[in-house]
Amino acid sequence: MLSAATPTTTWYLVLAALLFAIGAVGVLVRRNPLVMFMCIELMLNAVNLSFVALAKRLGDIGGQTTVFFVMVVAAAEVVVGLGIIVSIMRRRPGATADDVAELKG
Amino acid sequence: MELVVFVIAAAMVLVGAVGVIVRSNPVHAALSLILTLFGVAVMFVALEAHFVAAVQVIVYAGAIVVLFLFVIMLLGVDRAEDLKAEPFRLQRPLAAVLGLGTAGLVIASVVSARDAIGSGGALQTPDATGDGDSNIRQLARSVFGDYVVAFELTSVLLVVAVVGTVMLTRRIKTGKGD
Repeated sequence: MLSAATPTTTWYLVLAALLFAIGAVGVLVRRNPLVMFMCIELMLNAVNLSFVALAKRLGDIGGQTTVFFVMVVAAAEVVVGLGIIVSIMRRRPGATADDVAELKG
Repeated sequence: MELVVFVIAAAMVLVGAVGVIVRSNPVHAALSLILTLFGVAVMFVALEAHFVAAVQVIVYAGAIVVLFLFVIMLLGVDRAEDLKAEPFRLQRPLAAVLGLGTAGLVIASVVSARDAIGSGGALQTPDATGDGDSNIRQLARSVFGDYVVAFELTSVLLVVAVVGTVMLTRRIKTGKGD
């Protein structure tokens, strides 16, 4: 009975859209820069999920290759971003994303 | 069976994602992120992307989240923050509208295009070929064949990122400031 409906590519793409939207809302509402970073990771994962779903649907391994590169770039991005956060937090403990606006000018 | 796997993994993904944005303690948010990443890894296995699933667990759930936790502990920001404070009025309603709008538009386009996405040939799966390494072999041919230049460039990217981070975070000993 349960095997009557098998998840199709569309299901995965819909889930990826939901995950992306949750990540986008998180970036907009949270003020802790670390949590904002985690929300960016959520959005990257949503895109990875749709890449892999479409790789299966289209029978093209290129989608999985792209996910591989996205992961490498995400790792590099996290390293640089956390480095920036560490140097900001060292000067201003407890800084939120709003405080970083003082960097301008 | 596939449906059961999908439903459980989708529940993990969504519960974890909501957890990331509603938990006030950054450590709890990071742990919710792990739940989401594992759910995505389960989906990768269900989609016959075995190598990518392994990398997802090792690199994302392993290295990246540990790096997050490491920085949280290093900075001592593992306190619950006050989520009641809103930087400016209407921020959350506007964010909710944007989130619902994004999700709605993307879902509408995906559903309306569900028959337009062609279905090409099938990937070489271990079940089909009887070869347990077929996914890895196919991916290796792609990465080290078609995309070898991009692969080499990622090594440059990683070196630049590491050196840049060391420069960003080091303390200058001779200067007055840190």
